[in-house]
Amino acid sequence: MKGIKAFFAFVYDFIVGDDWRLALAVVLGLALTWGLNSAGYPMWWVLPIVSFGALAWSLRRALQSHDRP
Amino acid sequence: MNGSAWGLVIATFLASAVETVEAFTIVLAVGITRGWKSALLGVGAALALLVALVVLIGPGLLAIPINTLRLVVGGLLLIFGLQWLRKAILRASGLKAIHDEVAIFAREAAELREHGPVVPGAFDAYGFSLAFKGVFLEGFEVIFIVLTFGAIHQSVGLAALGALLAVIAVIVIGFIVRAPLSKVPENLLKFIVGIVATTFGIFWGVEGAGVDWPGNDLAIVGILAFTLLFSLAAVAYLKAKVESHSAVVSA
Repeated sequence: MKGIKAFFAFVYDFIVGDDWRLALAVVLGLALTWGLNSAGYPMWWVLPIVSFGALAWSLRRALQSHDRP
Repeated sequence: MNGSAWGLVIATFLASAVETVEAFTIVLAVGITRGWKSALLGVGAALALLVALVVLIGPGLLAIPINTLRLVVGGLLLIFGLQWLRKAILRASGLKAIHDEVAIFAREAAELREHGPVVPGAFDAYGFSLAFKGVFLEGFEVIFIVLTFGAIHQSVGLAALGALLAVIAVIVIGFIVRAPLSKVPENLLKFIVGIVATTFGIFWGVEGAGVDWPGNDLAIVGILAFTLLFSLAAVAYLKAKVESHSAVVSA
């Protein structure tokens, strides 16, 4: 049981990593792209904007926590 | 081999090299401090489990419809790529400590020595479990990359070739130097893999969602260039911020 828990903790850490917001942004970006396309609005640029926006925000958070005394 | 096939082999080679270097450090620490018998048994058991995983998951992945595969694998690859890129940008800008194989080796070896003496010739369960865990966890990352890249290209064999070449290269170099591979530019490799994984994750994710890219496959070049420029700009910006912060603190 302990081993299985440790394995899932590893998988979470491996995929989701240090900032879960990045994973959430990707899921939302993909869902938005798929939803818009299904409604007849194919927008290829949604996922890149969401992904790089989330990465920039995540880096900014890391910088702010570094600056904090 | 065409350009796409070369890209596949190079991407899996670089990603696998990073993970193999990390696994090598752990196995080296176990082998030197607890004996090579248990270390190599741990490596063998982990490799057997990883091969079994590839055999179990690989064919199933190839049977999934290509658009579903692109959506799911593209999403996973994008999350993975953004995490690696984030880490590499933070390390390159000085916001996160650089991965130091020599320090990791010293720490691992000290912990292993504290765990008591090894009876000569006897099976050392502690050394075995550490070597097993190190190889399995790092190897799991390698098979994730091999299966995702390979499944989308419908060529797991080529992706596995890249990984295998990396493992052989690291083992041969490691055998020659017999020390932690501190000279391998791990952060640079992580940076490159992060950029490649992010690029293909975005490309396949959008295609998997049913949207066509302007310029079709040529869009990959555009995404790659943008990802590279974004990352370099982020490193330059964060570096400047860190330096100005350090100057204020030391003043």
